[in-house]
This record gives sequence, structure tokens and C-alpha cells, in this order.
Amino acid sequence: MGKVNNNVPLEYSTEENNLKIFGFWTFLGAEIMLFGTLFASYFVLEGRTGNGPTGAEIFEIGPVLAETFILLASSFTIGLAIHAMRLGSKKATLSFMGITLFLGAAFISVEIYEFVHYVHVGAGITTSAFTSALLTTLGTHGLHVTFGLFWGIFIMIQIAKRGLNAVTAGKTFVFSLYWHFLDVVWIFIFSFIYLKGMM
Amino acid sequence: MSEFFAQFAVPHPSTLIYIAMASIVLGSIALVAIVTYFKLWGYLWREWITTVDHKKIGIMYLITALVMLFRGGVDAVMMRLQLAVPDNGFLDAQHYNEVFTTHGVVMILFMAMPFITFFFNFLVPLQIGARDVAFPRLNNLAFWLFFMGMGLFNISFIVGGSPDAGWTSYFPLADNEFSTSVGTNYYMLALQIAGLGTLMTGINFITTIMKMRAPGMTLFKMPMFTWSALIANLIIVFAFPVLTVALAMGTMDRLWDTKFFAIGDGGMDMLWANLFWVWGHPEVYILILPAFGIFSEVISTFARRNLYGYTSMVWSMILISVFSFAVWTHHFFTMGQGAFTNSIFSITTMAIAIPTGVKIFNWLFTLYKGKIVVTTPMLYALHFIPLFTLGGVTGVMLAMSAADYQYHNTMFLVAHFHNVIIPGVVYAMLAGLTFYWPKMFGFMLNERLGKATVWVMSIGFVLSFIPMYITGLDGQARRMYTYSDAAGFSTLNMVSFVGAGIMSVSFLMLVWNIWYSFKNSPRDIGSDPWDARGLEWATHTPIPHYNFAITPDVTDATSEAFWDSKKNGVKLFKGEIKDIHMPNNSGQTFILSVFFFIGGFALVFSMFTLAIISLIGILACMGYRSLEDDHGYHIHKEEVELIEKKYEKEGGAK
Repeated sequence: MGKVNNNVPLEYSTEENNLKIFGFWTFLGAEIMLFGTLFASYFVLEGRTGNGPTGAEIFEIGPVLAETFILLASSFTIGLAIHAMRLGSKKATLSFMGITLFLGAAFISVEIYEFVHYVHVGAGITTSAFTSALLTTLGTHGLHVTFGLFWGIFIMIQIAKRGLNAVTAGKTFVFSLYWHFLDVVWIFIFSFIYLKGMM
Repeated sequence: MSEFFAQFAVPHPSTLIYIAMASIVLGSIALVAIVTYFKLWGYLWREWITTVDHKKIGIMYLITALVMLFRGGVDAVMMRLQLAVPDNGFLDAQHYNEVFTTHGVVMILFMAMPFITFFFNFLVPLQIGARDVAFPRLNNLAFWLFFMGMGLFNISFIVGGSPDAGWTSYFPLADNEFSTSVGTNYYMLALQIAGLGTLMTGINFITTIMKMRAPGMTLFKMPMFTWSALIANLIIVFAFPVLTVALAMGTMDRLWDTKFFAIGDGGMDMLWANLFWVWGHPEVYILILPAFGIFSEVISTFARRNLYGYTSMVWSMILISVFSFAVWTHHFFTMGQGAFTNSIFSITTMAIAIPTGVKIFNWLFTLYKGKIVVTTPMLYALHFIPLFTLGGVTGVMLAMSAADYQYHNTMFLVAHFHNVIIPGVVYAMLAGLTFYWPKMFGFMLNERLGKATVWVMSIGFVLSFIPMYITGLDGQARRMYTYSDAAGFSTLNMVSFVGAGIMSVSFLMLVWNIWYSFKNSPRDIGSDPWDARGLEWATHTPIPHYNFAITPDVTDATSEAFWDSKKNGVKLFKGEIKDIHMPNNSGQTFILSVFFFIGGFALVFSMFTLAIISLIGILACMGYRSLEDDHGYHIHKEEVELIEKKYEKEGGAK
């Protein structure tokens, strides 16, 4: 576990955690490239709709706004969870993480509705290059959120069982970075896929 | 039932493939029998498969790389044999397609990549005075994912058929319509799994180098190889996700009929070419920069002086890494992107020659002021400089986009990239292998045999590839499986074949050297047989699993800390021995990667139930790991002192 430094927040208190947080930032660099590539491909294929519908024909502002508010709210609540963690309140940390994951699940539900809608209006993943790129980009983000739900649950179990210590604090902090990152990606999806597509 | 098994049959069988199948089956049975007879399973599992020791993981990469060098080499010889005489019937067109595809993939991704990863693993922690990498278990997982990807790719030619759309796998050729066998599925999924492992390596080593350097080692005091490793790993982290996305799209196009690269419905085949080379060009520098790092270590050691122009070496590598992302379009100058785009990419491509030239001159100045000792590693370096420069010059020729319309898709191009990759990467890897062999295994490779190997290899190389420049300029297309006598390529192609044969001999000489030296070389060589300069030589041979009993302090030293301690009396090991914290071994990572292998295999054959089962297995492994509490163990002070005493008594080290 290495030396413990008590002058910094719990998640930074061990060498092992410092390495993990740094490594995770590096991983986020790779994630930026991953989503960057997806966006670039989307922009290349955006107008290539073949015989299928265009974005303006299938996008619905309602669910998209709902998704946006839900995900932004969850980014706020994971921030509160980290704040609670730094104050040392296990109960508040768990509550805010719970709310975050609940919001994440709500986001996924709306997204599933949205996907069903796309398929229903004839914009399945095999319809055209545009729909392939659209659903793959959204789907990759959605899979990340889904993975985050499982990950968050496993961290909550550990906090509940072992309390807040350097290990669980480090994991929670890394999870919060991941969650914020997904929110940032969504802002790009909202602005450059939906708003641009509807205009 | 018979339908189920029919899908695994090879679509274009031939005698050669049947022989390969039989030898693989017999070889596997023999291997299992030997391991069982000598009761080695437990040893393999405890000491190797589950290991988190960066040195052992490195050696596993090395073994994989050497085996793949053999496989890719056999592919190469088959191609040269097929082209040795006009109208040859040794391989038919389909088999030739498969052979050049697998030769390319195997050599780049499953030979060169593990070879440099071996050096990352083995050397970087030693050079920066660390006990291990930042994430030892991730390191083990990265190896096994890479290994499973490699395995998946290699079984393609006996189960279901090899990929045959070229190592670049351009669409629409790689789509179902033109590549009907499952071969290209193998390509997409095997590269995906191995690429995940590579990304993990990248993250691991960036963290290791940035966060775990010995006290006093600032960035500009890092040994040159560590610098090259840092830059190469940064390129890995930024380039590999692009490949991940491209391969995912390619897989979906083939398995689920999405339209990314399709011919109709808006699909765009050029998107594949762009994405592939946005990864593929930086990939070249992921390979060559660590190779430059190795040459820098070897040349400064055997010129007996410090490297000329350390700072300019570092900055030129940084510049190369930036440029490497700005040149990908030169891989398709002739695909109709217009003069303006071609000009931009032509200029950026040529610009890379500048920092590379700086490096060449730095090596030359190091030699010029040095007292050269010609050892085997140094001989590789001395052959590298002129041969690589020739490859660089033909590279600048190819970078002229207008002229490229002549060279495009000819043997000239093939000659060029082999001319940079073989003297650049392969020579560096073999130089480094010979150089660090005593550190790894405690005995030297035979010098006479080693030097003879270098000469035979260089003669073989020149005979193989220089004729291709000429036939290429004369219009011999690459990937063409045969030609008529009237084309006039016969003599030069025969010379190439002879060259390939000579290069094979040099490979056999390397293998013989390892065996011969294992039998005959003395074992009392100490820890510094070359009179070398870096921190990696400051520990015992063989290296104890904690690397350094006391973490070295290089505050008073330069980038060549060990040299400073030998010649100027700089004290590296201050303080006293304390308890050492080490990570535990783990078998979970291996199990996890087996699930990846099964999942990949299932997707190749569209067996989705099995794929979902293995996905659940993967998630279960990750969940288990998440809940696990494992903080490693401590080697107690007394135990370390005992080990250190033992080393001193045997005289194995300083």
C-alpha cells in the first residue's frame, strides 16, 4: 500500500492511488481519441444517407433534452458524492452515488426508447452510412454509461462493506472522472449531432 | 453437425496447408507431452503465466516475437520462392494473397510490436531505477491479451481460412462481397484484442516513466531508451484508439451488414483508408523510435563516450512523434485526393527526414569522437546507419507525390519500407537482444557467431531488397503472384530469392548461437560485461526480482548514472536496505484473456451465443477483481540482506 500522506484528500493519500489516478487520466486521453475518431467518422458520413432518412427527419428534441438534463444532473450528483467523501460521510457518499447511478439508468432507458424509435421510423443500423455512424456513436457512449452502472454498483458494495478508506476513495474518485468524462462526450453529442442535425 | 464443422474448414486447402496442420497438431501434442512428462505445468503457471514481474513478462514477449519472426520469415521465403522464376506454380493467386497478408500483419503487429514491448518491459523499470511498472497486473493482462490476439490470428490458416485482403485490408475489397472467407473476420478481431493489450501497455508505461523515476532523475536525465519508450507509448495511446474504432466498424460491416465502408447506401471506402493510416503511420514510429533508443544505448556504450547531442536527440524524437500524425495521406497519394492535399502531405512527409537526419548525424558525431569497439551489437549499429540512410533517401523519393504515380504499388515501395524496417527495427532489436542477453540470462552470446550473423544478414538483405528497387522502377507490381518471362524481371527476382535464403541462414545462425552459447559460454561474467553506462547495469546478474535492493539516487549523476558511479565515484545507493513491497501473482488476468480469445473466435464464425457467454465471463472476471482486496506482500529487510549477501559471495555483481 505504500506510505500514507495525511495532508491530501484520501484518494491521493497513497502512492498506489496516485499512480492509478494518473493512469486513468492517460486512459481518458485514449478515450478522447476513441470518441474523436467516432465523431470524425460521423461528420464524414453525416450527409451520406443513401435511401434512408436524414438526421433532421428522425431526431426528436424531447427525449434528447430529457437525456441531456438527466446526464448533466448525474454529473452534478457524482460531484456531490466526491464532496461527501472528502467530508468523510459514508452515508452521504453512498446516497449521492446511488442517485447518480439511478440517473444513469434513467438515461439509458430514454436512450433505449430513442433507439427503438429510430428503428421504428426506418433508421436501423444497416439503413445507411449515416445511421450506422449515428447509432454506433450513440451506442458507444451508451455502452460506456451501461458499463459505468455496473462499475458504480461494485464500488458502492465496497464502500458499504469496508467504509471509506484510501482504496475505496481512490476507486470512487476514478469512477467520478469517468462519469464526468461521459458527460463531456454527451455535450458534444448533443451539440454536434443533435442540434446541428436538427438545424 | 457436419454443417457445423464444415464452417471451420479451410476454403482453399493445399498440400502445404495440410502439412502445416499436421505439424501444428503433432507439435502441440509433443509440447503438451514434454511439459507433462517433466511435470512443468505447475512451474509454468506459478513462475510464468501468472507472473507480474516485468522482466519475466518481457521475456514472454521476446519468445513470442522470435517465434513470429520465424513464421513471418517462412511467409517471406514462400513469396520470394514463388516469384523466383516466371510462371511459377508453387503458390496459386489465392494462397499468395493469404501469404502476403499474413506476412505483413505478423511482422508488424506480432513480431516487431512484441519485440519492442519486450524492451519496454525489460529495460524501462531498470533504467529509471524502479522496482516494477506502475500496474504490474495490468502488465500481465496486456501480455495475455496480446498473446490471445496473436493466437487467434495464427489459427486462421488452419481453421476457417487466412485473411487475404492485404495487411491494410482496404475496403471494399475486405467487405463480404470480395472477401468471402472468415479470414478478414480473424484480421479484425485478432487485431482488436491484441490492440487492447497494446493500449494497456501504453498507459502503463507512460505512468511508470512519469511517476516512478528514481530520486534525482529529471526528464532530461532519462536514458535515451526510456525517452524513446515514453514517446512511443504516448503515440500508442493516441493512435491505437483510432484502430480500435476502424476495426470495430470493419467488424460490424462484415458481421452485421452496417454501411460504414460499403459500396452502396452512402458507405465510404476511403474512410477506412484514412482511419487505418491515421493509426498505421504513427505505428511506424512506435516501432522505429524505440529502435533508435536501442541504437543510442549501443552506440554510446561501444564508442566509449556519452551520446553526442542528447537534447537534440530528445527534441527530434518529440518532433517526429508530432509529424507522424500529420502524414498519413501519403499512403494514398494516387487515390484521387487532389493536388493541394497531396502537396501538403508531401511536404509534411519530407519534413520528417529533418529530425531523423539530426539523429543520424548525432550518432555519427558520437562515433567520430569515440573509441569504437566493434562488438556484435555495435556491428548491427554500424550496418544500420548506411542501410537505413539508403531507405530514408528512397523514402524522400516516394514522398514526392507527383513522382509517386510512378512508384505507386510497385516493388520499389516494398524495397523502401523493408529498407527502413529491417535495418531500422530488426537490426536494433537484434542488437539490443545481444546487448542485454547477459543481463537477462547471465551468459554472453558468442561474439564470432554473432558478428558472422550480422554480415550474413546484411549480405542477404542487400541481395533481397536492392533488386526490388530496380524491378519496381521497371514496373513490377507488388502483390502480383507471378509474371511472364517477357517482363524481364526473372534474373533480379532470382537474386532476391537467393538473398531471402541467405537471410534465413542468418536467422538459423542466431538460433544456433543461442543454443551454442547456452551450452558453452562461461557463467561468471559479472553484472557489467560490456563496461556499459546506464542504470540497468548497476544491479546484479541475474536480476533479483526486486531489481534494486536500495532505490538508486541519481541526483549527482547524469543520464548515464552507472558510468558516473564507475568513473567519477558518484554514489548511487544511499541509505540502507528496508522492507520491499511487491505485488502478488495473479491467474485472473490469464482467465480473462482466455474469455477474450473464445469471444473473438465465436465472433469470427458468428456464433453469437458463445460470444455472449464469453462477454459474461469477461464481466464476471472484472467484477471479481473489483471486489478483491490484494495489496501484495513485503520482502523483509533481513531476507533482502540475505539475498544480497549471496550475490556478493558468488561474485556475480557489484
